[in-house]
Amino acid sequence: MAENHLNYSRRFFLKSSVAFTGLAMIPGSVKAFYVDKVQLKQSLSIKVSINKKMYNTFIDSRMTLLDLVREKLHLTGSKKGCDHGQCGACTVHIDGERALSCLTLAAMVPGREVTTIEGLADGDKLHPMQQAFIECDGFQCGYCTPGQIMSAVACVKEGRTGSVEEIKEFMSGNLCRCGAYNGIVESIQKVAAR
Amino acid sequence: MKPFTYQKVKNASEAFQTINGSPQFIAGGTNLVDLMKKHVAMPDVLLDISGFVSKEIKSTSAGIQLGAMLSNTALTTNAEVLLKYPLISAAVLAGASPQIRNMASVGGNLLQRTRCPYFYDTSTPCNKRTPQSGCSAKEGANRMSAILGYSEDCVAVHPSDLCVALAALDAKVNVKLKSGKDSVIDFKDFHKLPENTPAKDNNLPEGALITSVYVPANSFFTNYSYLKIRDRSSYAFALISVAAALKLDGNIIKDVRLASGGVAHKPWRWAKAEEFLKGKPANDASFTQAAEIVIDGLKPLSENAFKVPMLKGAIQTALQNCLQTR
Repeated sequence: MAENHLNYSRRFFLKSSVAFTGLAMIPGSVKAFYVDKVQLKQSLSIKVSINKKMYNTFIDSRMTLLDLVREKLHLTGSKKGCDHGQCGACTVHIDGERALSCLTLAAMVPGREVTTIEGLADGDKLHPMQQAFIECDGFQCGYCTPGQIMSAVACVKEGRTGSVEEIKEFMSGNLCRCGAYNGIVESIQKVAAR
Repeated sequence: MKPFTYQKVKNASEAFQTINGSPQFIAGGTNLVDLMKKHVAMPDVLLDISGFVSKEIKSTSAGIQLGAMLSNTALTTNAEVLLKYPLISAAVLAGASPQIRNMASVGGNLLQRTRCPYFYDTSTPCNKRTPQSGCSAKEGANRMSAILGYSEDCVAVHPSDLCVALAALDAKVNVKLKSGKDSVIDFKDFHKLPENTPAKDNNLPEGALITSVYVPANSFFTNYSYLKIRDRSSYAFALISVAAALKLDGNIIKDVRLASGGVAHKPWRWAKAEEFLKGKPANDASFTQAAEIVIDGLKPLSENAFKVPMLKGAIQTALQNCLQTR
């Protein structure tokens, strides 16, 4: 009987020890994540209209509109701030209304018209809001600015510029860490007054 | 995000037939996409219902029907809503940002998940996210949490502003069941208390689809107020919110509605205070007594005792504000 216990070879012992140690070193959260069957990535063929230009492209179903414009179409004007809908740096217009591209799945965009900051100017002629931001010092570092400008254009279009308080309330979804808020409000007032 | 299969569906029956089990619908995505990014929601199949669910507003003398796919913004710009149900507009405008209100749907607003920080942090126990794992907020960072109706298992609050107004106005939720049948759920029964099943936020049957929200006609369009107190003046979730509305006959309160957000796992109606106010004169003394009734018996947690006096003041102020509108 004692001999049976020694049936395991040295190689088996080493192999199983290595496997056991290897498995133990994977963090529990990772293992838990793949316990059920691993879903394969879904690749979708989509046709999207961005700044009045049609793009045919393949995307992972998980791709957001923000990642689509920045990483695939190289329209890097829209910025990724928080990626969780809290800062507004990724603001674009979808069918003429401001929306957060980081919380929009690219797969849900076909059939709708997207405008990014790149689609605002008319050739070399800046949009009045872009011009106003320059004139009123509406930014410092500039990272939140594309989102601020897209939101500001919508704010004027929505007619929410009756007072400084109203402008601030309707621009509250766009954070500026430099604190250029006074210049931003001034820019909006300037464009709204036209 | 965990990989998933995306499918756009054309109608409810296609949505119900597409997969077995509980389908995950996506409408505006403002909450769901975020939850998926954080691995809190990990659906295998995502069914895009944004193409077929109603975006209509149907107003009759009996009430108003709000399509579940209407954007929150639509509730703040529609003339009928602004004229006859302004409490709804006021509540919606107090929530989120213009971008999010443009994207977020009415149906999705009802189904949004709590903003309890532990629910979003997958490295901590949370019974709502992972049943039986424990509640980190009960003895943890709970200043945003509930002050009544909570359980040992969960102290989360419902984050919606719209829902507070809908609770105050006795709304009804129209749903399509998986069987294809239509059903109606009273708003007061739609959301539930956590009890020992906090993973479920509401009583929507499994796989059912919200098609619209109905608000019966009322006379609360003159003296109403939505008051929201939060950590910054805009774009934050409520510490305390109050929807108040009065129907006055001279100075006497004929009818009253009083509801709050930020206090419980569901939008909370203050039935006892409402009952007290009926027939009383609309003055400071009545409002103060009503506020006392509201805060009677509340059980704040370790970090949110401040909510009790805050709620008292908010109730008084909201009722006072009712006398100033229009």
